[in-house]
Amino acid sequence: MSTKKSLPVTAYPLWLASPLALAMLLFFITPLLMLGVVSFYSDAAMTQWGSVANWAKTLDGFGLTVLLDTLWLGVQVTALSLVLGFALAWSFLRMPARLQPLIIFIVMLPLLTSVVVRTFAWIVILGRQGIVNNFLMDLGLIEAPLKLLYTRLGLVVTLANVQLPLMVLPLITALQRIDMNLSDASASLGASEWQTFKKITVPLALPGVIAGCLLTFSAAITAFISQSLIGGGQMLFMPMYLYQQVSALSNFPFAAAISLTFLATVILCVSLFNMLGRLSRGYANG
Amino acid sequence: MAHQKDFSTILFRGTLGFLAALTVVLLIAPTAVVLIVSFTDGYSLKFPPVSYSTRWYVELWNASHLHFAAMNSIQVGLATTLLSVVFGVLASLAIVGSKSRAARTLDSLFMSPLVLPALAFGFAALMTFSAVGWAVSITTLIIGHTAVCVPYVIRTTSAALAQMDPALLESSASLGASRWYSFRFVTLPLIRPGVMAGAFIAFMSSFDNVPVSLFLRDARTDMLPIRMWQDLEGKLDVTIAALSGVIIIFTLVMMIVMERVAGLSRRLRQG
Repeated sequence: MSTKKSLPVTAYPLWLASPLALAMLLFFITPLLMLGVVSFYSDAAMTQWGSVANWAKTLDGFGLTVLLDTLWLGVQVTALSLVLGFALAWSFLRMPARLQPLIIFIVMLPLLTSVVVRTFAWIVILGRQGIVNNFLMDLGLIEAPLKLLYTRLGLVVTLANVQLPLMVLPLITALQRIDMNLSDASASLGASEWQTFKKITVPLALPGVIAGCLLTFSAAITAFISQSLIGGGQMLFMPMYLYQQVSALSNFPFAAAISLTFLATVILCVSLFNMLGRLSRGYANG
Repeated sequence: MAHQKDFSTILFRGTLGFLAALTVVLLIAPTAVVLIVSFTDGYSLKFPPVSYSTRWYVELWNASHLHFAAMNSIQVGLATTLLSVVFGVLASLAIVGSKSRAARTLDSLFMSPLVLPALAFGFAALMTFSAVGWAVSITTLIIGHTAVCVPYVIRTTSAALAQMDPALLESSASLGASRWYSFRFVTLPLIRPGVMAGAFIAFMSSFDNVPVSLFLRDARTDMLPIRMWQDLEGKLDVTIAALSGVIIIFTLVMMIVMERVAGLSRRLRQG
């Protein structure tokens, strides 16, 4: 009774969250914990428990190569996305105000469009008879179509585009928060636009840069569909590595070890980004 | 000196402006390309098409395996949205604005599916369901999708709740309204656009979900994105272009509607 009275009229009791909390414990946390248990079975039939064989296999030469290559893909995609995204966000703020909603719409549409559809579009663009090849051949720059699908370059360009909205939206928000007077002051003191950009805009936008990089990076390394359709069978990244163990080989214990390795790596990267985010916010405000 | 500075300014603005224009083109291109190629008359994905027709839309009309997958995806999407809204709004009410340790912990728990790789969760869910003897079905798909879609509803609802003026609830209470009455007639109407935006994003992300469906579906519960992926892996089927065209038009129309009724873009950017 007394606790009920102390709850202000503007607040709601915490137990309202209990249905979701219970559901998440049962259907989200429990499965993730099960991964840990299952990963210690030494055989696919799950009869022998208590072996670290799967962990050793996950982190051996081949497994580690796949993991590192996946992370490297994430870095490449994020870097390209950042360059394109920053240019768009910077220009967005200098556009006529009536164009801005249109740009937001153009950025949002891919975010909500099915990822299979977006990846399919890039198959059409990069294919042997696709736009890029036809254009280059019409110009006479190449004689035979280039192989763009199933290449690293094609995959990086596709992923950078598919994930671009995740980069642009936080960047626009961050740049909008910067006081325009600072740039004006910098210019009136004789700094060139490039100096102002380097010394004022980029440092103050760092929190947005880090937020955008975090979202783009995690989306790029987990992008199963784009990796499989654009990268093709020659390239193996963590999501496909995991899927193959489950669907083709039914090796659940090994798949569990791969899942947890991937999970731990993502958590590590997220914590790293968050730490950088805190540092940059201190820098931007201080 | 002044001349040199002008030149560097022009170069700087030109570079960024050019990159921005390129980015806008790259953002529009996929959608435009798919829409154009879906009206091809040929059997290949040659761009631009040699001649145009609606034959692939007619093919799509007869493609029963795609209809089956689409119906499953819509069914799972609607059920997931309903569950996400009910669970998500209740949870948002409980945790928004609260500084207590329990509320912060719950918030991190509810948001964690956005950060953790959903593929690992999809596989873990498959293993758990089979361990307790639940065969994969529409129900297990709905459970898995809800776990990864509920954060979107919580985010937009919490943002809408945080913007509410507490004085409204105080005056409502001082006029004798019960907590439930205030919720029904003050809070709910004010947060409705936020909830609707969250529900829309939850539906679209369920409809588009790959990582969870990949593990929790089988031939009887085929899901549209997985069906499309498998069709594209095998051969480049132009029917998929027509299907993509339909999905794009649907998304576009829904986006415009949601922008009008729920201020979608503002809410997406808060999140």
